[in-house]
Amino acid sequence: MAGAHTDTSLQRWFNRKGWINVTIAAPYVWLVLFFLLPFVIVIAMSFATRTPTAPPFSFGGEHPVLNTAHYARLFQDDLYIRAYLTSIANAGLATLLCLLIGYPMALGLTRVSPAWRNILLMLVILPFWTSFLLRVYAWIGLMGTNSWFNKLLTASWNWLVPTDWALRSIPMMNTNFAVVLVMVYSYLPFMILPLYANLEKLDRTLDEASMDLGSRPFRVFLDITLPLSVPGIIAGGLLVFIPASGELIIPSLVGNAGQPMIGRVISDEFASARDWPMASAVSVALLMLLVVPIMLYTHFEGKSHEKRKEGA
Amino acid sequence: MPEPARTADQRAATTVAAFPGAQLPQTSVKAPPFIRIEHVTKRFGTFTAVSDVTLEIQKGEIFSLLGGSGCGKTTLLRVLAGFEAPTEGRVFIDGQDMTDLPPYERPVNMMFQSYALFPHMTVEKNVAYGLKHEDMTGAQRAERVREMLDLVQLTEFAQRKPHQISGGQRQRVALARALAKQPKLLLLDEPLAALDKKLREHTQFELMEIQEKTGTTFIVVTHDQEEAMTLSSRLAVMDKGRIMQIGTATDVYEYPNSRFVAGFIGSINFFEATVRTTGAETAEVEVPDLGGNVTARAIPGLAPGQPITLAVRPEKVHLARKRHDLPNTFPGTVQSLAYFGKDSLYRIVLPSGHVMLVNSVNARRAGEHERVADWEDAVFLSFDPAAAILLKD
Repeated sequence: MAGAHTDTSLQRWFNRKGWINVTIAAPYVWLVLFFLLPFVIVIAMSFATRTPTAPPFSFGGEHPVLNTAHYARLFQDDLYIRAYLTSIANAGLATLLCLLIGYPMALGLTRVSPAWRNILLMLVILPFWTSFLLRVYAWIGLMGTNSWFNKLLTASWNWLVPTDWALRSIPMMNTNFAVVLVMVYSYLPFMILPLYANLEKLDRTLDEASMDLGSRPFRVFLDITLPLSVPGIIAGGLLVFIPASGELIIPSLVGNAGQPMIGRVISDEFASARDWPMASAVSVALLMLLVVPIMLYTHFEGKSHEKRKEGA
Repeated sequence: MPEPARTADQRAATTVAAFPGAQLPQTSVKAPPFIRIEHVTKRFGTFTAVSDVTLEIQKGEIFSLLGGSGCGKTTLLRVLAGFEAPTEGRVFIDGQDMTDLPPYERPVNMMFQSYALFPHMTVEKNVAYGLKHEDMTGAQRAERVREMLDLVQLTEFAQRKPHQISGGQRQRVALARALAKQPKLLLLDEPLAALDKKLREHTQFELMEIQEKTGTTFIVVTHDQEEAMTLSSRLAVMDKGRIMQIGTATDVYEYPNSRFVAGFIGSINFFEATVRTTGAETAEVEVPDLGGNVTARAIPGLAPGQPITLAVRPEKVHLARKRHDLPNTFPGTVQSLAYFGKDSLYRIVLPSGHVMLVNSVNARRAGEHERVADWEDAVFLSFDPAAAILLKD
């Protein structure tokens, strides 16, 4: 609105270099205070030794100052490795399913009239208006062996397969299936929204150009829409995969206690075993294993996309 | 054209091997039409974008659809490409009915206004894209791509991405990509609009040269009358979804058939007039704003007493300080003049108060006070009866 000539004194005051720096600095200050600093504490704690004091750890004294025993234990006890693998498998599967379900929905959102688009977007966000826990409990009710949902699925199964495969009910609760199902349900909007934002920006003339050059609609999708939506797929994938891999509530409520995910392990080490240093070591390892490679990847991917945009 | 006219043999020698069928433009009216648009109407809801358009285009023509924004020219182009299905009417290309074919089955390619280059593919991959579905070997495909890049002089940029080349180069990639499939018809949507003025003039001739080399029939959509007049063998002026006039640049400029066409192409002076007498060659009309009668070239169907519009192009009017014994001479006063170097534009106030534009070429090298006429000068303006255009609507 305000051009160079109509700048008010307030705007001039705000535009002075000092304020711009403050604006830029704010998110960094936030990150340092609420992510970097706590994380440094967690790293430090992972090298401490568990003691029956409060807080339940100490450095030095009769113990080594840098205690690496917890990291060694990560490799010695296969509980941890199995938990990491279960987490990656469950989160990976949930991400893939979210993508397969969410992509057509996001694409559909870009193709409907603006009036419908707003209604459908509302519906995507609507579940957030109910408590997350309540929704998980609703799934527990649905998956139980005596629920109408389970009975319906069992009946369909028995109708479809030979009689010697017949089931009395489908065991869904306390399985990895239940964990993945509820994670897909819970995280689907986090896949749809970034994908929609990406797909909505795509130039539809490119589709026409592709079609004009002889491509049928599905070929257009494979050649044009899909490759150009990779940034959206990555963004949505990360928004689902990262929280899903550290998920605690869902596996605790519907998962198999014999195959814990890593979030459950961290929570148990921290609360039940009161082994804060071990819990910290597991957390740090999780971050190193999953998040750091992803962050590096998005960093470089993001740079190449910026370049592409600048040129266009 | 910037170069002297070449003989047919010389022209044929320059055709590209990829286009063995490349032919000279055939503008002979007797040839069967290569493209035929038959009573095409396109409605969007209650809005009629294209209204009952019938058009015939010959093989090898550069045909322009000229009009302001919203006149339906782009919709008509999209109907030809297959992106829009006409509400009524049919489209034939080379004798085949194309009306119900999807874009990917038409022997038609389009160069988009935004170029629509695929940002994730190199220049080479962009040009090769349409050949994926063609029945040819890898070597043939590579050869065609090389030839196309050669045609638009972009061989050394083959491995660049679209964001790594200039706007003019992108335009040429778009052209090469659209020509790679050797379409029977190439559609160009405002091909030069995104280029700056200098590049536009250069590219215009390049486009004509490439058209001549490949012999492809071009249909160009443009809002730029100069572009349409230089580029095309024939053009159609469109307004509100209708074709107002079809003809060569000369036809449309010198013999407009309506006030709209006369006013759209170039600038022109309009006067309300009444028919006095009519003859075989000329007609006499009374023009109150000029304060007298004008002898004009007759048009069919005139009757004495009929109200009519007289139109005179500014450059067809002769200015003089003295009254010469010429037909259609009227007095006036120079209200203002704009000096452009090669010519000057005068605004002449007539005794009636009506202002007439006169464009005068500065043929002599004259000082400030030796011009044909100066501010506030009393002058006489005259124009040939042949330059006086009568328009019924």
